[in-house]
Amino acid sequence: MSNLMSGSKILLECLVREGVDCMFGYPGGVTLPFYDAMYDHPLRHVLVRHEENACFAAEGYARSTGKVGVCCATSGPGATNLTTGLVDAMMDSIPIVALTGQVSTKLIGSDAFQEADTFGITRSCTKHNYLVKTLNDLPQIIHEAFYIASTGRPGPVLVDVPKDVFQAQGHYAPVNAIHLPGYKVHTDGHAGQIRRAAHMMWEAKRPFIYAGGGVIASEASLELTQLVETLDAPAVCTLMGLGALSSEHPNFISMPGMHGSYAANMGMTHTDLIIALGVRFDDRVTGRLAAFAPHAKVIHVDIDPAEIGKNRAADLPIVGDVKRVLSKLNKILLELAPAHAPIHADSRKAWWNQVREWKEEHPLTPEISTSEIKPQHLMREIDRISGGKAVVTADVGQHQMWAAQFIRFNSPRLWINSGGLGAMGFGLPSAIGAQFANPDKLVFSISGDGGFQMSLPELATIASYGLPIKIIVMNNGYLGMVRQWQELFYNNRLNAVTLDCFPDAEKLAGAYGFKGRTIESPADLTPALQEAVKEPGPYLLNVKVTPFENVFPMVPAGGAINEMVLGESTQPMAAAK
Amino acid sequence: MLQVISLLVENKPGALMRITGLLSARAYNIESLTVARTTDPELSRMTIVVDVEPHLRKQVIKQMNRLINVLQVADLTDSPSVARELILMRVRAPMESRPAVLKEAEIFGARVIDSSLEGFALEATGDSEKLDEFIDVMRSYGEIEVTRSGTVAVMMEARRLRLSSPVPTKNATNPQTTIDNGVLNA
Ligand SMILES: Cc1ncc(C[n+]2csc(CCOP(=O)(O)OP(=O)(O)O)c2C)c(N)n1
Ligand SMILES: [Mg+2]
Repeated sequence: MSNLMSGSKILLECLVREGVDCMFGYPGGVTLPFYDAMYDHPLRHVLVRHEENACFAAEGYARSTGKVGVCCATSGPGATNLTTGLVDAMMDSIPIVALTGQVSTKLIGSDAFQEADTFGITRSCTKHNYLVKTLNDLPQIIHEAFYIASTGRPGPVLVDVPKDVFQAQGHYAPVNAIHLPGYKVHTDGHAGQIRRAAHMMWEAKRPFIYAGGGVIASEASLELTQLVETLDAPAVCTLMGLGALSSEHPNFISMPGMHGSYAANMGMTHTDLIIALGVRFDDRVTGRLAAFAPHAKVIHVDIDPAEIGKNRAADLPIVGDVKRVLSKLNKILLELAPAHAPIHADSRKAWWNQVREWKEEHPLTPEISTSEIKPQHLMREIDRISGGKAVVTADVGQHQMWAAQFIRFNSPRLWINSGGLGAMGFGLPSAIGAQFANPDKLVFSISGDGGFQMSLPELATIASYGLPIKIIVMNNGYLGMVRQWQELFYNNRLNAVTLDCFPDAEKLAGAYGFKGRTIESPADLTPALQEAVKEPGPYLLNVKVTPFENVFPMVPAGGAINEMVLGESTQPMAAAK
Repeated sequence: MLQVISLLVENKPGALMRITGLLSARAYNIESLTVARTTDPELSRMTIVVDVEPHLRKQVIKQMNRLINVLQVADLTDSPSVARELILMRVRAPMESRPAVLKEAEIFGARVIDSSLEGFALEATGDSEKLDEFIDVMRSYGEIEVTRSGTVAVMMEARRLRLSSPVPTKNATNPQTTIDNGVLNA
């Protein structure tokens, strides 16, 4: 006969059994019993300074490792503060288990103190959610939550636990099986479709690989690289997919879409076969859908059937896990190669010449000046130090796009950003999670002067845990991305975008007990970054950059992706060919 | 266009909310929705009629399939099925028009379920267009009040119910734990 345990202890036991070593949270009234149980428990709890950041930090942990990130908040305001993070994880398919406290079961529905309908509120922010009504259900629900969060198309799952469930006493009965009869996970692609795909790939004259976050989620980088090399096709990675194929791979031609490279967008426009892997044909990638890749057939591989045909019809759909599908596909491609590879060898060669020409015509080269620090210059220097190996988290705005354009990622799970939701305030807290998960890695957090100020409270978390994060603020004095749109599309009527007050970085960091510095001369850039990296603890580097720089290339919203604005003086240019 | 969907759903808390929430979040208009237990009390059968652009029909089904409490979704719009709706109607009918009202009810196959000095309570089933006509006709006799059930439908061909089988938890494979045989040793 086993000992009686509290619901809180049982919950901790479930977390340990799921392999959780660290969670990010913020306590409150109804989670008191849970925090009391943690008091003498080995599981590490990281106290952040705002619940939104607990979820972002859990995302940083999950995005940099592939493991489920765990966050915890109290009822009412704690739970509502989590929602932005949950939606973010939902949009980018990040596995998160969020635990929230709830008022006691007898009080639910009475508008009790700090009661909120968390179950109702988070219905649309989660892949699935639960309200635990009795302790008996708790272990089963927790294990289901981890299973749902981490399988199929990953996503956030929330478990709302009333105070009396934390307090109730019961026996822990191990849960050995999960039975969710309606939960459909499609992992193995259809064998016939995979074979057809292989034929289409060899038959294409101008194949083009479009790889996204799904490749990273399914840990399919190796298989992707093999595919790229077998076919010798040009490949792009989306904002969510950067690092899936090494940025240094000769076939990598940068990111497509609104701020993608010229070659990437021209390639998409002129290809006759898009090989879409773990992507969702997001509007930021496709521009005006009707004009997107007009000559292309589409092979679309995704684990979520709902993504296939949602925005762009697929000529050959394959529902399955990208890794499993590609490992089968690669074998068949090799089998077929001797007979099929030579058929279109000449066309393939011409295609590569064309792609290289596009790359050379309008390469992504950083602007550099001797009198002021150009934002692109900053990113290039960070790239130089990282050498494709550092974890880089970004916030949302111009700096995010420049970072994506100029920083190399030689493996997956290094580039961490809020792609689908574009949630400002994401960069700094996600770096906290990434640093906890990768204590020995160099972690850069790059934010704008706007987004950085949304995450200010987390400087305390960084200081208190002594996290050696290199906090880089790309300070242009504006909500730069919004300013850019006002300049380009609203007659430069700049409104509510000026950030004319920014704290002294040295004093700010000093107030938290770590080093900080502001620079504005290009000559200081490299030494300052080196100093930051050498510092064993956190470092805040505030980099004043050219205020009015715009991100190019740019596809104006609603435009076709081959109609890019390439620079300040150029008009939207239609594809020449 | 109107799309008729039949769903088999687990009777779990919030299941209905998930379905209606999904439809509204994706801006699909619900024309009608019915739900009731099946012979298995753990499951419910729903018939939903949504007003949706034809090219989005597949997407609606796929989105429903993503819900964990949904065991089966079928698009009945073009497949062999029968659909019926029930209406309950109160008709105010003065003495002189009562025989005509009854006659009309008979033509539409409606039944009188209550009668008072004021008028009748009628019950009718049929397809929705037929019921629309019935309502129009009855309105010409006097004030009416109508409650419609919304469409309920059933497939005419059996479709195999594909359910996921149980999977082992990490528990079975992860020996790391702080308790042994229920005794805490942290
Ligand atoms: C929470 C949130 N609010 C508003 C926005 C809209 N928005 C997108 S980019 C941007 C400007 C960001 O400014 P800053 O952080 O200084 O970065 P910059 O663009 O200057 O690099 C804003 C306000 C957003 N993405 N997220
Ligand atoms: Mg800025």
